[in-house]
Amino acid sequence: MTKVFERPKALCDVELHYCPGCTHGIIHRLVAEVIDELGIEGQTVGVASVGCSVFSYNYFACDMEQAAHGRAPAVATGIKRALPERVVFTYQGDGDLAAIGTAETVHAASRGENITVIFVNNAIYGMTGGQMAPTTLEGQITQTTPYGRDVKKQGHPVRVCELLSQTGGAAYLARTAVDTVPNIKKTKAAIKKAFEYQLAGKGFSLVEVLSTCPTNWGLSPQEALQWLRDNMMPFYPLGVYKDIEEGKGNEK
Amino acid sequence: MADKVLMKGNEVIAEAAMQAGCKLFFGYPITPQTEISAYMAKRMPKIGGTFLQAESEVAAINMVYGAAGAGARVMTSSSSPGISLKSEGISYIAGSDLPCVIVNIVRGGPGLGGIQPAQSDYFQAVKGGGHGDYHMIVLAPSSIQELADITQDAFDIADQYRMPVMIMGDGMLGQMMEPVSFSNRKGRELPEKTWAACGTEGKRKHNIINSLYIEAEDLEKLVVARYEKYKEIEKNEVKWESYMTDDAEIIIAAYGTIARVAKTAIATLRKNGVRVGLIRPITLWPFPAQAFADAAEKADGFLTVEMSMGQMVEDVRLAVNGKKPVSFFGRTGGVIPTPDEICEAVMAMKEAK
Amino acid sequence: MKNNEIIIAGFGGQGILFSGKLLAYTGLVNGYEISWLPSYGPEMRGGTANCHVILSEEPVASPLVTKPTALIAMNLPSLKKFENAVVPGGVILIDNSLIDATVERTDVTVISIPATRMADEIGAKKLANMIMTGAFVKATGCTDFDGLMKGLEKCVPAGKADLLALNKKVLKMGYTFGE
Repeated sequence: MTKVFERPKALCDVELHYCPGCTHGIIHRLVAEVIDELGIEGQTVGVASVGCSVFSYNYFACDMEQAAHGRAPAVATGIKRALPERVVFTYQGDGDLAAIGTAETVHAASRGENITVIFVNNAIYGMTGGQMAPTTLEGQITQTTPYGRDVKKQGHPVRVCELLSQTGGAAYLARTAVDTVPNIKKTKAAIKKAFEYQLAGKGFSLVEVLSTCPTNWGLSPQEALQWLRDNMMPFYPLGVYKDIEEGKGNEK
Repeated sequence: MADKVLMKGNEVIAEAAMQAGCKLFFGYPITPQTEISAYMAKRMPKIGGTFLQAESEVAAINMVYGAAGAGARVMTSSSSPGISLKSEGISYIAGSDLPCVIVNIVRGGPGLGGIQPAQSDYFQAVKGGGHGDYHMIVLAPSSIQELADITQDAFDIADQYRMPVMIMGDGMLGQMMEPVSFSNRKGRELPEKTWAACGTEGKRKHNIINSLYIEAEDLEKLVVARYEKYKEIEKNEVKWESYMTDDAEIIIAAYGTIARVAKTAIATLRKNGVRVGLIRPITLWPFPAQAFADAAEKADGFLTVEMSMGQMVEDVRLAVNGKKPVSFFGRTGGVIPTPDEICEAVMAMKEAK
Repeated sequence: MKNNEIIIAGFGGQGILFSGKLLAYTGLVNGYEISWLPSYGPEMRGGTANCHVILSEEPVASPLVTKPTALIAMNLPSLKKFENAVVPGGVILIDNSLIDATVERTDVTVISIPATRMADEIGAKKLANMIMTGAFVKATGCTDFDGLMKGLEKCVPAGKADLLALNKKVLKMGYTFGE
């Protein structure tokens, strides 16, 4: 008998606290698989952020630092500047990265900080119980947009990849999803590429992963995946937004 | 002893930090401490270090957090409004038991305040600033040479106790020049940073730098343990200068640059036969409470002089504990008390007796 | 040797802070305890600038000069601001090519030098401050000309050694003014 499927070594043997149907677990696994495949666990330092993924410091087997809300790219910058040979990644949600941490994100990208950001976009604040996120879609109902997000009052959703594609220092920016097996595979490929770019010293890399929050969306896991496809994908198109090796995003 | 050179206080901080092995500096420009950044920007690349101008004070302190967590010697500097912005990060640093050095070249406040020398951030430095139960070690040098020595030692103290150390000066100290030499000091014996998140290299379980504890009992246990450490620090690290206190009937309490103005006042008063002395706290936390308690046995009273509306005076009163009267004289907003004003305050206190 | 508490004041760009630095270095190499404290503020060029320099036999207590033994004033506002602070018996040096006023005090020594004009005449208008500094050293006797030269050598960075000769010449003009 041979084992054909096992827990990645870069993932600790602990129970994850995520809600049933949440896609954080999948994304954690993909990051861990990439770390395993690249053989970099002992050389990697991860940065956990504030939000649902706050406990990711307990889940990844590499060294971890937990950052204040929004500050993960700054913390990662500190680590990378202290230990340039280490692989440094952050794992952040949409509230953390695109609201309170917008400045840190934009400037880390602008500096071409040689780090990798895993950005989980589920269009809502999960941990605090379903409030409007910077990525909440127009018309989307949340606890703090009970009548649906009105762009005249609550502003427009932020498209992070498109925004960062304008920065000089970004080397690789991609938006993927984890709604289907093919998309999960594409997400893993993107995450791997992001880490490889960092290993090659190419600069800032970010993978935005469209993700679900069945609990706060008030949907079953299956319905949530469909909702992601029907609502998020049209506004947040999947694809590569910048790839300095492929010339993508350099046209402007 | 190396040759003495004239250097600005701010430049001395930068040079002393680098000589103490600090190879990472994250800053953001603000008057009156910008020379620290400028000096670092020029020198750091030459010693293979990193100077990074962050997008904000908030980012800078979190870069410090990251680098300190990775085990590096690291520093940031700012002035009052910038320290307010850094306070969140300082709380996280204290809560994650990370060593680092933070410089506050204090200016008048509140708000944008002014840019002239002040001491109105005493409460912020020694009583909190950030949220939660924690302390920072706060050092308050009063001369350029002391600034050089203290800056170097600050990194050792931070590493020894795994906590943030603040060097508190003011615009006067930052901008002035005095002769200084950088001694080949003997550093402290320091423990290895086995806790650092610097890559496991597959040789150990992962290290986690963190201040989050969901179970109340876990958090309490950790904070209580940290306060046990603070007690050790209070035992080991208290520093102050006693100046002409032996026969003093009135003792001035003052720290930093204003303590020097007080010394000029003391010279004048002594010429006129008034027996005045000075206790100058060098560590603001831990506060030299015992020095004041002991002095209260002999002196008739205390006059706290500050460039604020009166902040350290509360700690002096706690230390003196009602045994003797403790008066206050201060100027604020960036106004520096003159020796004459201090003399008048002493005489007023003497006459009131 | 005696205690010198000096205020040097004028416009930004007149070399006020550099004069102070030169005096501080001169004090340092001649055995004084010294301090140098600049005013600082939002003005860069053309605003007011002053610095406080102390050359003392004792360790310097307050670096802030509130009772100067000497004032070097290089514009009228500076003279007006600090004239009355000078201690009786002190010395006030003014650049009278820039200051169209007289010192009203009679209990101080007043030395008026057309420093800016003199410097301009030799094509070194920006070195009026050095003329004033030379005159200050002569007036106070805090050191002799050799002592001042030692300070200058220490003060001027190695990369600007070519400036030494000109500075020396101008300092001498101030030092020997009125002889």
